[in-house]
Amino acid sequence: MADKPTRDGFGEGLLEVGTNNPNIVALSGDLEDSARAVWFKKQFPERFFSVGIAEQDMIGTAAGLAMEGKIPFACSFAQFVTSKTLEQLRMAVCYQRLNVKVVGSHGGLSVGADGATAEALEELTHMRSLPYMTVIVPCDAIEAKKATIASAAHPGPVFLRLGRNPVPTITQPGDRYVIGTANTLRNGADVTIIACGIMVAQSLAAAELLAKDGIQARVINLHTIKPIDADAIVRAARDTGAIVTAEEHTVLGGLGGAVAEVVVQEHPVPMRLVGVMDRFGTSGDPADLLRAFHLMPEDVAQAARDVVRAKKDAVGSRV
Amino acid sequence: MAEPDLQALRRQAVELRQDILRMIAHAGSGHPGGSLSMVELLVGLFWHALRHDPKNPSWPDRDIFLLSKGHGCPALYTVLAVRGYFPKDELMTLRRYPTRLQGHPERGSLPGIEMSAGSLGQGLSIANGIAMADRLNKRQRRIYCLMGDGEIQEGQVWEAAMTAPHHRLESVCAIVDANQLQQNGPVKQIHNIEPLAEKWRAFGWHTIEIDGHDIGQVINAYDEAKTVTGTPQAIIARTVKGKGVSFMELNPAWHGVAPKPEELERALQELQRAVA
Repeated sequence: MADKPTRDGFGEGLLEVGTNNPNIVALSGDLEDSARAVWFKKQFPERFFSVGIAEQDMIGTAAGLAMEGKIPFACSFAQFVTSKTLEQLRMAVCYQRLNVKVVGSHGGLSVGADGATAEALEELTHMRSLPYMTVIVPCDAIEAKKATIASAAHPGPVFLRLGRNPVPTITQPGDRYVIGTANTLRNGADVTIIACGIMVAQSLAAAELLAKDGIQARVINLHTIKPIDADAIVRAARDTGAIVTAEEHTVLGGLGGAVAEVVVQEHPVPMRLVGVMDRFGTSGDPADLLRAFHLMPEDVAQAARDVVRAKKDAVGSRV
Repeated sequence: MAEPDLQALRRQAVELRQDILRMIAHAGSGHPGGSLSMVELLVGLFWHALRHDPKNPSWPDRDIFLLSKGHGCPALYTVLAVRGYFPKDELMTLRRYPTRLQGHPERGSLPGIEMSAGSLGQGLSIANGIAMADRLNKRQRRIYCLMGDGEIQEGQVWEAAMTAPHHRLESVCAIVDANQLQQNGPVKQIHNIEPLAEKWRAFGWHTIEIDGHDIGQVINAYDEAKTVTGTPQAIIARTVKGKGVSFMELNPAWHGVAPKPEELERALQELQRAVA
């Protein structure tokens, strides 16, 4: 299957749930084309609401719709729908525990030329800090479509983080998708790489590089950051003794932080966090940016080598 | 429908003011000024304009009242209790742990509370969303959203104020309790909002300006708003923060402080003389 953006998977998923359930509605802050809510809009115009460029209003309006039994998908760029709206997401959506789905497209650096203000790099940290919020980062278009359908059925707030660019398909149409259940894509005993979004593919490529060095890496697709699959993480810590996390996101408090919170409390092992090192994005070709920000397979592989060495040193120091 | 007994409603308003102050004093904290200014606005709704049933708070076709200026909740709690939504003695549990009467309202905590509030500026967007859902659900009813004049400094209010007329949400009625003060002083000094009625009119709202303590004007405004089609309505209620208690009226000190026992006593006596 040709590379396909996760936002397209969402657009298809929204159309499907919208066709089957008349209570599905969608909103956008004038970015429905970019977020791929426009296919739903064309099919069900009476169920689509634009509030113009007013994200706080969009979230509040979505809350009102949810209060009356609708299942709103509120769509925009990930940066714009999670940051200035944090207060509305906190009070109107999460504190009221309403069935609002927040869809953020153009997450991460792969936005490319638009640059820093459009490149969302902190939203996973913000979203997972909200009680009752479910946070999902699909790794490919197939998973994005399943995640969209699962989100519609899930009772309560959901944040779905999608990407702009076509990405390789990693999962299979027949693969089981369950919110909160991580998928192990590759087995290995020496180190575990836990990734989400585009870094899943990067991590699988990293595992190939590591195999050449005789290091067998387990690769886990942790598509749901919250609620986190603590069992999968603890099993990985126990089985492999060394963990790398990889995300197209800041290393402060996102996937890496969430995994570390489990590891440090349940089964401490050496960890390395691969991600954006506490800086803003910049304009460029997505491929150049991933290289410049050290989010390539070789960067993940190097982190894995480091943490395997740290594991051996720790064992050695106990002998 | 029978003509409203304005004299009886005025007496009711005085009693509500007494209950509000007793409740806040007992809690030891709360917002008396902004609670007292909205009493007639609530009386006009819960004794006249609002289609509701205290014995059936989940009635799907009920009118919706959203208290966007959530810190005024002592007034709403008192009204709901007196109307029979929950027992009146529960008013003395305000802000105590554990309580259904949260310091700022929590949706689902208490019958009659439709919206969690406390972070200002959010109610009007929610009102619009409910109106949009009603249109899809083919439900006819009214949605009232009460805001403060300080609150409408929040940008989100104006986003929602653009949305409602654009989508022709005629079931939405915004009410501004323009009591002239905010926490740190007069609104005019801190961050002027005038000309207020002209702003709402310019945004496309059918705008009615009234003395928010004249129960006759309040009722007429709600009645007029119900006749408007094709566009939402805004009622600009000119009120007095701390209304009814001489030492609280237009005094910023009474934004968020509970009266001490002797202050409560003075206030209750003043109010009692008003019904004598």
